[in-house]
Amino acid sequence: MIYDAGHYDVIVIGAGHAGVEAANAAVKRGAKTLMLSLNLDMVAFMPCNPSIGGPAKGVVVREIDALGGLMGKVIDKTYIQMRMLNTGKGPAVRALRAQADKPLYIQEMKHQLEQLDLLTMRQAMVERLIIEDGICKGVITETKAAYYAKSVIITTGTFMRGSVIIGDLSYQSGPNNQRPSIKLSEHLEELGFDLVRFKTGTPPRVNAKTIDYSKTEIQPGDEEPSHFSYETKEAILDQIPCWLTYTNEQTHQIINDNLGLSAMYSGMIKGTGPRYCPSIEDKVVRFHDKPRHQIFLEPEGRNTEEVYVQGFSTSLPEFVQHDMLRTIAGLENSEIMRPGYAIEYDAVVPTQLWPTLEVKNIPGLFTAGQINGTSGYEEAAGQGLMAGINAAARALNLEPLILDRSQAYIGVLIDDLVTKGTNEPYRLLTSRAEYRLLLRHDNADIRLTEIGYNLGLISEERYQMFEQKLASIEQEKQRLAKVTIKPSAELDQLLMDAGGTGLKEPIKALDLLKRPEVSYGLINQLASSEQDLPNDVQEQVEIQIKYQGYIDKAKQQVERMQKMENKSIPENIDYDAISGLATEAKQKLKKVRPLSVGQASRISGVNPADISILLVYIEQGQIAKRPKEA
Amino acid sequence: MEFDTIAAISTPIGEGAIAIVRLSGKQAITIANRMVSGRDLNQVDSHTIHYGKIVDPATNELVEEVMVSVMRAPKTFTREDVVELNCHGGLASVNRLLELTLQEGARLAEPGEFTKRAFLNGRIDLSQAEAVMDLIRAKTDKAMGVAMKQLDGKLSKLIQRLRQMLIETVAHVEVNIDYPEYDDVEEMTKQVMFDKIGEVYQEIERLLAMAKQGKVLREGISTAIIGRPNVGKSSLMNSLVQENKAIVTDIPGTTRDIIEEYVNVRGVPLRLVDTAGIRDTDDIVEKIGVERSRQVLKEADLILLVLNNNEPLTEQDRQLFNLIADLQTIILINKTDLPQTIDREEVERLANGNPIVATSLVNEEGIDQLETAIADTFFTGNIETTDLTYVSNVRHIQLLKQALRALDDARAGLDADMPIDLIQIDVTRTWELLGEIVGDTVQDSLIDQLFSQFCLGK
Repeated sequence: MIYDAGHYDVIVIGAGHAGVEAANAAVKRGAKTLMLSLNLDMVAFMPCNPSIGGPAKGVVVREIDALGGLMGKVIDKTYIQMRMLNTGKGPAVRALRAQADKPLYIQEMKHQLEQLDLLTMRQAMVERLIIEDGICKGVITETKAAYYAKSVIITTGTFMRGSVIIGDLSYQSGPNNQRPSIKLSEHLEELGFDLVRFKTGTPPRVNAKTIDYSKTEIQPGDEEPSHFSYETKEAILDQIPCWLTYTNEQTHQIINDNLGLSAMYSGMIKGTGPRYCPSIEDKVVRFHDKPRHQIFLEPEGRNTEEVYVQGFSTSLPEFVQHDMLRTIAGLENSEIMRPGYAIEYDAVVPTQLWPTLEVKNIPGLFTAGQINGTSGYEEAAGQGLMAGINAAARALNLEPLILDRSQAYIGVLIDDLVTKGTNEPYRLLTSRAEYRLLLRHDNADIRLTEIGYNLGLISEERYQMFEQKLASIEQEKQRLAKVTIKPSAELDQLLMDAGGTGLKEPIKALDLLKRPEVSYGLINQLASSEQDLPNDVQEQVEIQIKYQGYIDKAKQQVERMQKMENKSIPENIDYDAISGLATEAKQKLKKVRPLSVGQASRISGVNPADISILLVYIEQGQIAKRPKEA
Repeated sequence: MEFDTIAAISTPIGEGAIAIVRLSGKQAITIANRMVSGRDLNQVDSHTIHYGKIVDPATNELVEEVMVSVMRAPKTFTREDVVELNCHGGLASVNRLLELTLQEGARLAEPGEFTKRAFLNGRIDLSQAEAVMDLIRAKTDKAMGVAMKQLDGKLSKLIQRLRQMLIETVAHVEVNIDYPEYDDVEEMTKQVMFDKIGEVYQEIERLLAMAKQGKVLREGISTAIIGRPNVGKSSLMNSLVQENKAIVTDIPGTTRDIIEEYVNVRGVPLRLVDTAGIRDTDDIVEKIGVERSRQVLKEADLILLVLNNNEPLTEQDRQLFNLIADLQTIILINKTDLPQTIDREEVERLANGNPIVATSLVNEEGIDQLETAIADTFFTGNIETTDLTYVSNVRHIQLLKQALRALDDARAGLDADMPIDLIQIDVTRTWELLGEIVGDTVQDSLIDQLFSQFCLGK
């Protein structure tokens, strides 16, 4: 007997990386929110690698933080190692990555959520949605509880008809032997959802006590760790290293000998796997002339001996995994604690979503995270945040938020998903962002804090701090534009030491800073600022001045595109009625239903002639209106 | 609505005595004003026409004499400011004018774009909407088709090769960024980047130089007429000129006293070069010596060798055949109105596969066949000289120039010791621009390249 278990503004199904951000964002916008999870000990669990951040993904974490999200704060409190990557390259591609203490991350995340007054957390398995008049009104659990809400967000990750495969063993399961979600997936199919089958995998975990680290290379964290959250003040100095080792000919021989037993190659796996995260057997087969592959040994936490064997994802049988591992330097006596496995799951074809992540055909229903065909904790969290913001907007009649491609990696991610869809689990790469010079990790707060503040996601106190920072940057830039630096033997020596040439004539500090060999530190030495500026202000001043030419060019590029982005397509447009559109373009446009001409232009199969015609058609509509108005 | 300023040739190419380059948009008058010397177009009344000299602002070189019509918005075809430059109908001059407008900031109009603007600005009646759309569709599709066809196989392959080089470089940088700990790919160094950019740069420069020589229908194909005295060289020149209503241009500023005449033969713009005065001296070899003649002839893209049907081949004729070995040649056996005494078989042997045309220039016979032979030589078949054909050519040149500019930026970045991921932005831009030439700009190919080239996945 189904009973009425309560009424909410927003219901979030799932408490993974997408679910927790969705719940937090919805609550911050003032929505009374219910979060349903299969297992409350697994809130924000990391079923795969114990790390957060890296190129592109690290920027997403900062963007989440700038919009009041949790991921950055929580990892800053629970990392065992922090490392800035790409320090030798330009500012646009520097990337922060943390090694996480997995159990601690779960604890801290759950703790953060428990502080939210408007949030109810409950352990439950959702089986069905309540759909009335085509609109989603709530959910029904396996215990027959009916919860009602104005918005429902599904963030069920890889649980949908999840199936774990190790060699020839296959069983229905979520990641790490959790219960799979079968009925909900079937229900979505009944509702007419277009689903695809994706696959991903994870490597074995081995016991640290059985690893001989002396045969591996140490990979320490940064001495002065940076942080993801703009609010973090305290660093964790007691960091734990990772270790690097390699596969060898012997490992590859075992793989080749047993290839027939791999679920990947025996045909047991039907789902499409990600190219950027191949299994070790895939690497050996596809790049057979490579004598070795890197293997990173990554501790899963401070108080556990489990070590994640990064780069060794596999679906080979357990005994083969054992033999393979033991060919590797340092792992000769290693003991597996958990075997690696492949997991297949249902994902929603994301072109069924609006850029708000609301399902086009079912108002009130949102999906976010791995269910939308992505992979990665950060990609999931970014979507969760946006779904939470927009689900609350729908429930409370507030303004929705769509980030565009020039504003955030999150915008790139969601635009790619809803416009182009994806043929494999989607991962963010810096090369997916055409404006990556603008989407730096150092300026995520400058890009997004104001937006977060206006939506109620950022506290007054933090916003004041942010405004203070902006003012300091501006002041310092103005100061440097005025201060003149005169040539001197001493200065010439400094410049030549830094690999540059001497100064012939007096120069403004700002122009001197544009030289590649000149750092802000040097400028400050020559013409020091009265007050001691915080590091992040110094960094901004330097980046904004040094790379101004490139940044300006990128901004012009955005401006050119913006005209198309701003030209919105009426929601009731009838593509069939537009004479001259190619048939393929009509089909694609009807499916994706782009909100702007800019978005339409990114759909594959819609060519420039179609865009011209579309523009003319839209203008025609406006021309038709004109006489009536007059 | 607000648009940028567009330009295009709005008359059929090479088919009239006068051609018009039309500009439309906010900057139309400003741009034209920068090119026209002797009159301030900002000051003239709307809907008036003026005589002016076109001077390239970049080089101060006199380009052309034109009549300029200035029409201010809104009473124009597009309801924007419109300027029309009326110039001589030769391909070379009108091309040059169009390029100048682009150089000065106009954008090459898309097919049908003037009509589209006219429509969008409310100039055309609503009932014509569908017609406009069909027009855009047809023109765009055709333009693309022509653009593709226009690309000769070699050029297309070369551009593909350059693009491949660029995308491998870019993918390399991208891998360094997205997989910083991936030890298998060495770090893309600035030196490698510099070398690759240099290589692509040179190739593009070479392509542009070729375009300049006329291979891409820009300045005309330089054509030399040679032959013994009294075989009919002057008659040939005159009949080509008369037949095709050529414009005789005395190009100023050249120190050599070369007279060039432009004729348009079935879409092939020929620049008839009076090499060292063919018309003055009858014997080019005698006049300037064998070596020098060979040099002069090598500079020509096409040679028309004229023989006399009414005389047996002489030593001089055979010497000329020697001179033109390996050069693009059409052989004319002239004076077919007189009895044949020339040894046709020997001519065919000496022609070595080059086309032979029999003519009687005095009776105006065989000129048609000659023109066909010329067109065949350059287009290996039939080519329509519509405005589209031409537009795609200018488009290619524009794209190549932009690609070169992007590479200039990349080089400047290298000089300034900018981080490699910033330099890569301009390299990617070059790749995209070259892609527009071959009609391939799919962004996702970079990601594909990444995963096929490297074994990734930490």
